[in-house]
Amino acid sequence: MNKDYNLEKRKFVIGGTVLAVAFIYLVRLFLLQVPDNDYKMFADSNAFLRKIQYPSRGLIYDRNGKLLVYNQPAYDVMMIMREVQPFDTLDFCRTLGITREQFDQRIRLVKDRRHNPGYSAYTPQTFMAQLSAQDYGRLQEKLYKFPGFFIQNRMLRQYAYPCGANVLGNIREASPRDIENDSYYIRGDYTGDLGVEKSYEKYLRGEKGVEILLRDAHGRIKGRYENGAFDEPPVSGKNLKLSIDMDLQEYGERLMANKIGAIVAIEPSTGEILALVSSPSYDPSQLVGRSRGKNYALLQSNPYKPLYDRAIMAAYPPGSTFKPTQGLTFLQEGIITPNTPFPCYHGFVSGRLKVGCHAHGSPLTLIPAISTSCNAFFCYGLKAMIDSRSKYAGTMEAFDTWKDYMVSMGYGYRLGIDMPSESRGFIPNSKYYSKIYGENRWRSLTIISIAIGQGEVLATPLQIANLSATIANRGYFYTPHVVKEIQDTVLSDDYRTRRYTKVSAANYEYIVDGMRAAVLGGTCRIGAIPGVEVCGKTGTAQNPHGKDHSVFMGFAPKDDPKIAIAVYVENAGFGATYGVPIGSLMMEKYLAGEISSERKYLEDNMLNANTMIFSGIKRN
Amino acid sequence: MASREINIWRSIDWMTVILYTVLVFAGWVSIYAASYDFDNASIFDFAERSGKQLLWIGLSFGIAFVLLMLEARMYEALAFFIYILLMLLLVATIFLAPDIKGSRSWLVFGPVSLQPAEFAKFATSLALARLINSYNFVLVKPVNFIRTCLIILLPMGLILMQKETGSALVYASLIFMLYREGMSGFVLFGGLCAIIYFVVGVKYSDVWWGMTSVGEISVLVIILLVIVGMLLVNYRDWIVARNAALIPAGAAILCYLLSLFGVVFNWAWVFTAVVAAVCLYLAVVYLQTRTRVLLVIVGFALASVAFLFSANYVFTQILEPHQQVRIKVAFGMEEDLRGAGYNVNQSKIAIGSGGMWGKGFLNGTQTKLKYVPEQDTDFIFCTIGEEEGFWGTSLVVLLFVTFIFRLIYVAERQRTVFGRVYGYCVASIFFFHLAINIGMVIGLCPVIGIPLPFFSYGGSSLWGFTILLFILLRIDAGRLEKY
Repeated sequence: MNKDYNLEKRKFVIGGTVLAVAFIYLVRLFLLQVPDNDYKMFADSNAFLRKIQYPSRGLIYDRNGKLLVYNQPAYDVMMIMREVQPFDTLDFCRTLGITREQFDQRIRLVKDRRHNPGYSAYTPQTFMAQLSAQDYGRLQEKLYKFPGFFIQNRMLRQYAYPCGANVLGNIREASPRDIENDSYYIRGDYTGDLGVEKSYEKYLRGEKGVEILLRDAHGRIKGRYENGAFDEPPVSGKNLKLSIDMDLQEYGERLMANKIGAIVAIEPSTGEILALVSSPSYDPSQLVGRSRGKNYALLQSNPYKPLYDRAIMAAYPPGSTFKPTQGLTFLQEGIITPNTPFPCYHGFVSGRLKVGCHAHGSPLTLIPAISTSCNAFFCYGLKAMIDSRSKYAGTMEAFDTWKDYMVSMGYGYRLGIDMPSESRGFIPNSKYYSKIYGENRWRSLTIISIAIGQGEVLATPLQIANLSATIANRGYFYTPHVVKEIQDTVLSDDYRTRRYTKVSAANYEYIVDGMRAAVLGGTCRIGAIPGVEVCGKTGTAQNPHGKDHSVFMGFAPKDDPKIAIAVYVENAGFGATYGVPIGSLMMEKYLAGEISSERKYLEDNMLNANTMIFSGIKRN
Repeated sequence: MASREINIWRSIDWMTVILYTVLVFAGWVSIYAASYDFDNASIFDFAERSGKQLLWIGLSFGIAFVLLMLEARMYEALAFFIYILLMLLLVATIFLAPDIKGSRSWLVFGPVSLQPAEFAKFATSLALARLINSYNFVLVKPVNFIRTCLIILLPMGLILMQKETGSALVYASLIFMLYREGMSGFVLFGGLCAIIYFVVGVKYSDVWWGMTSVGEISVLVIILLVIVGMLLVNYRDWIVARNAALIPAGAAILCYLLSLFGVVFNWAWVFTAVVAAVCLYLAVVYLQTRTRVLLVIVGFALASVAFLFSANYVFTQILEPHQQVRIKVAFGMEEDLRGAGYNVNQSKIAIGSGGMWGKGFLNGTQTKLKYVPEQDTDFIFCTIGEEEGFWGTSLVVLLFVTFIFRLIYVAERQRTVFGRVYGYCVASIFFFHLAINIGMVIGLCPVIGIPLPFFSYGGSSLWGFTILLFILLRIDAGRLEKY
């Protein structure tokens, strides 16, 4: 045997090579497998098709249990880009009723990550939303010819009544911003838009479920992962019961036809809103399905702004409906007593300043001042309060005291209604005036017009209705709200807590008496309802841009009030001409169920009246 | 020479047999896991791959038994005969085999298909052992070396003609055996350098500094470093080594200063000239000292430069497009996740998602849902990685390393050149399969389709490896017979 020991040493070189390679591979395997990298995620996204199970959206009922909004099935055409194989595009387009260009455009939009941030060739993407039942039927038959496409059942809203659109709102596809802000949404989901659909979105939408399916390399579904052990069933959305009385809402919208403005009716004992009319209105069914986009654009370009919910978003000068707040403040602050008289000779005169008034007896005290809506009385009252140096150190202190009263009565801030985009109205404070006129450069006479609800003061119809409810309650209110019950959920305490104003209940009685007197023999005579003790207050809000706005605020019956109301009709002149009749008809309808025969003429007049023509807005 | 009967069951190397058995059954379980379907019935179902593999395993044990029962001397006697027989079979295969995905390597006999290339390995090993064992055979003698190489190159060429590049490359592993038998270490070193030049050159071939190719300049710098290193190790004259290092350093400084003045030129050409200058310097030193190693170094340097400039040609002109892409994917030059990179990417996802302890037996989604192609043959290692985690993969790697070390040990203890050469052939072939298969699965090597011994599904490869191994065990068991 020839053994070359020099060569035998070479076994170490060979063994060393083996060891070196093994070492490199072990390090590589360690780095691949042990440190936390994305491979697990990649493997999961390969294998698991998370199929979303959509819950049914909560239904919406009115206060009497009438079904207002329910669901109807719709069909979305979905596609998974990487599973699409060559197919007869022409046939596909013809089936769906689209052109080849529209088809290409849609594919481009689906793939465009700017337009569709969550795009992936591996996950289902919405190719075309909300197919009609006929298109669905035709496509379903041919679907096997179009690999990569499938149909997903979705739910659309259906409306039982053509009214209440501003309260109910509608649903739309979640925008990229929605998706960014709330991880719940993915592209193609629906979300509430406007009204309670938006503000109660979290209750209505329910919880999406998920079914985890196993998908093989060819995209074929190989069954459920762990036999569905990790699946989550969808949870249906909660049903809502609104405080709205749909009959009253519908009646209100009919009364407001061809008028611009709003009606807000509140149940004073609960703060529940019975009707929330914004005019002009629209049929909520217009914003359903594929015609939504087109109709939405039309509504948006409509010069009368039907999408603008005037009842809670419009800040108007409250006009004379503001006077009760002044009387209450002066009484509570001891500026006047119920017997304090102020003179009025066709108005309030101080130096060169004159605030006009109409013909009535003089001098007069609070109750007749309310019933006749005397401007001079409240101007004198405000002047006396602001200028009272025995009570307040200066104009600013006096004014801020005044402002605090207004705020306590629900003005100047959002009331907190359970609807989106409520306006806060406007109540100035002393700083505001100091900024305009300069520190100590303004005094009571500078701002006197706020005493009669003009000038800087602005209020929403909701705030005016809320004042009416506060007076009806003699000093407190509940935050107005449109949802009475949420299924399986306790309503927030915010809507069940009394909010007291800074004025004592006793002082409210004088205002109630004044408002009652207005109906019996003052400005609101036409608002009298047979057999019901109605209280009311007119307002004629001066409008620098055109004809005055007609305003009414009232409640009934006087004792144990069931309904408090505010009516605001733009460019309709005196409060008594449109505000009072519409408000009293609403109250009569709600309290009696129908309009008495002797007031039918009034109802006809109101239903047929057109005040839009005075708005100066041209129809386009 | 007295021959004496031995008891095969007492002299057989049981440790190798046990490792073999463990690996084969681990492979069987992995094949069951890899081909498991959700509505799959049983691991013993012969309609399924795991059932069939069990059949192949059973037949393997039969083959092993027969091989052990045969006389050890018979293998030596029949070595050339077997070799010629197998070469004829390879030739026949080229003409008889049907075209399966471009490869003509499978002989189909009714329901059974055989891949003769798998059996050519042991035949070639036997022939090599027989040749080198010849009386007075000295490998380094050029005639002998060429004869040896021809024995290796013949099956390589025939298998290449069957379009089975992977199986052909396996024979390159026999370089380890040749090294052990006396081939100059320079060949091994040169091979290593060639791989490094190729990887660096190709990987950075598309990166440019001005008009200089980063790939070329990097390889030239490596060549210069290798020259200096060889001067230090093999010539052991540090002054010559220093001078050889100073030439490129000086040139680099000069070039840098010139480029500061805005002179634009191709550094690769400058450094090619520098290599030539160094060679010239070494030639001058040779003329003074007449030390032959200097000539070897100069030859090595010139060959390296030639290799560098031909590698690009080889890569773009000789390799087929799909091979180019596979190499680019392995070097991380291309992603191509839908095409050539798909396999490796899915395979890395499968292994990477296994984590430390794996997803559990039969719970691998990547493999169950067929994301990894060829998952029960070439990519079987993925299943282990995904379901058994790092624990499982490292255990398999360590088992194989132990196995190969045992083979080297067995080869070294042979008392005949025949046995030792055969043993080293066996160890080299197993090592090459292990390194290339796992390397490609974890993305370190280009995808070369060769099986993982004992794990990859298939009768031919299992039988091929079994015959290869058990002939060695029979020879080893008989090593005491000859005295």
